[in-house]
Amino acid sequence: MAATTSGVTAGEPLLRVEALALHYRTRQGAVRAVDGLTFDVKRGEALVVLGESGCGKSSLARALMRLHPRNLAHHGGRVWLGETPVSELSDERFRREVQWSRMALVMQASMNALNPVVKVGEQVAEPLRELKRWPRRRALARAAELFQRVGLPVDFMARYPFELSGGMRQRAVLAMALVAEPELVILDEPTSALDVLTQAAIMNVLKEIKRDQGTSFILITHDVATSSELADRVALMYAGELVETCSAERFFTAPAHPYSRMLMESVPRLHERRRPRPIAGQPPSLLSPPAGCRFAPRCPERFARCAEPPPAFAPGAGEGADEGRHRVRCWLHEADRKETP
Amino acid sequence: MTTETPLVEARGLHTWFELRQWGFLRVGAVRAVDDVSFTLARGEAVAFVGESGCGKSSLVRTLLGLHRPTAGEVRGEGRDLASLKGAELKAWRARVGYVQQDPFGALPPFLDVRRILAEPLRVHGVRDRAERERRIRAALAEVHLTPVEEYLGKFPHMLSGGQQQRVVIARALILEPALVIADEPVSMLDASVRVEILELLRGIQRDRGLTLAFVTHDLATVRHYAERIFVLYAGKVVESAPVEALLDAPEHPYTRALLRVLSDPDAANATRLREVPPGEPPSLIDPPAGCRFHPRCPKAIGGRCEVEVPSEVATAPGRRVACWLYAPERE
Repeated sequence: MAATTSGVTAGEPLLRVEALALHYRTRQGAVRAVDGLTFDVKRGEALVVLGESGCGKSSLARALMRLHPRNLAHHGGRVWLGETPVSELSDERFRREVQWSRMALVMQASMNALNPVVKVGEQVAEPLRELKRWPRRRALARAAELFQRVGLPVDFMARYPFELSGGMRQRAVLAMALVAEPELVILDEPTSALDVLTQAAIMNVLKEIKRDQGTSFILITHDVATSSELADRVALMYAGELVETCSAERFFTAPAHPYSRMLMESVPRLHERRRPRPIAGQPPSLLSPPAGCRFAPRCPERFARCAEPPPAFAPGAGEGADEGRHRVRCWLHEADRKETP
Repeated sequence: MTTETPLVEARGLHTWFELRQWGFLRVGAVRAVDDVSFTLARGEAVAFVGESGCGKSSLVRTLLGLHRPTAGEVRGEGRDLASLKGAELKAWRARVGYVQQDPFGALPPFLDVRRILAEPLRVHGVRDRAERERRIRAALAEVHLTPVEEYLGKFPHMLSGGQQQRVVIARALILEPALVIADEPVSMLDASVRVEILELLRGIQRDRGLTLAFVTHDLATVRHYAERIFVLYAGKVVESAPVEALLDAPEHPYTRALLRVLSDPDAANATRLREVPPGEPPSLIDPPAGCRFHPRCPKAIGGRCEVEVPSEVATAPGRRVACWLYAPERE
């Protein structure tokens, strides 16, 4: 049995996000990709943002990193990283003081975004030279440490991206994201383009970094099985909103929101004979989501109240590993404490 | 034709792609499928499982008659596919339906659903318009795109991913094939839709008694949707077995490695370091001698695994594994 640590680290909130919104302008109208998300991530904690394609989970990463497309219609909400009110910073200060140095992003296809004519080692060292003005030699020495960290032979630093396989390039990108020692790393589908064994190897690297360095992670994925490979907590997104946020333990065994439960039942299992059950219907368009609960049209448990948008309820404060952080956006939990906003 | 003939029989099948320099100099070959033999019975559902680049798509495309085998043969309903020409080849292609991975890419964007489904009928000589319309409606109903009238005039971009994939399936079924090949039919779809599409394919396979050959990289999806699995690694079948037996007790070290890194969703996974064999799948241009998994195999037998290619050994009824660990003692 490999060495393990306790799953949940009781740290301070590192990242606090309130009513985060990101809307895009299209010919048909505004697409409300991220529509009022409130959550936090503690130090050393991994939050998995789970959701189907088009639910706005990648837009969440873009909103946090301020990587705005040209058709941006609205970016709102408040974000704190430690004591820093990130959302108050100018773009210039955000770039200089937060982006990459304190908060880094690895995207799904970032392994294909390496510069083809620059040696991989130089690219991994670049954030240190650009952001921290480290001399080349020192930055390269640090990059070499990161190569070992992510399981790449140090002599690969002198190679060009085309000389590495997809899995190795993804490791290099991970090294680049980690080199400036950010407190928070956002991973958007970091392994979905890779093979099963390579995926497992990369998840191993992430688990070790989390265990040894106490880095916080936001892992964005559509894959429930992958999500359980890193999650301390799970935040499930549906149609631009968070429908449930809770500990991984609760999410994988007894989630509260009907969508969470149905999603868990739709996952094909390797070792269980129970047949997976599909969820009938489709997610709504983000151009004109339903006025009430956005899952209501597909929900077998809907009732009259669901015509109004449900707030986030906080059921059973203080239970187990959830420490009162469990949130469910569903009228079935109306009896529970209401959380604002 | 007797019912004894297997629907598909591959013997010593090789599908290699030649590499050339300056357009004519032969400098090697990508050995995508390298000495693979199997039979598919009528009415069974099988899955070909493997990582990207293991040759699984090349294998099924050879069954379709899209690639000509470099060596060995594929028999479809008893006839060597390589010998088929013109009308005969066309007739075989009508016996095989193909469901592609990316439904949006597989559907012509400028045709509506009715014309997309009419195309195969026209090509295969269904001249009567009313007959075509009848079959198009029946196909849409079979994939549960109802009411049919609502979908006939739609263009692919007006449909969701799941609906697009249903149209692709309807198109694959419309000529009443004996074999349906589904190449990663759900990997581009969302979790909640995946199961729907897999259930649909499996349901149609059972109702019509056709053979379903389904290609996937995801072992978790095979339990309920196939009866037999073939595990491919670097162009070769390393293990084949009934689904349950393989998932519950894998034999080949590669299959075991795969099943060791996969598990069902569980909060404890987050702190579990997985045992991953070192290295990466080999190049198919210059694969390792002997067993192709030997450089990564924790159980490799020195002096044997890197020298000789293991042949398939039957370890139980319907179960074969290509590994020296299971070879009967020699001498």
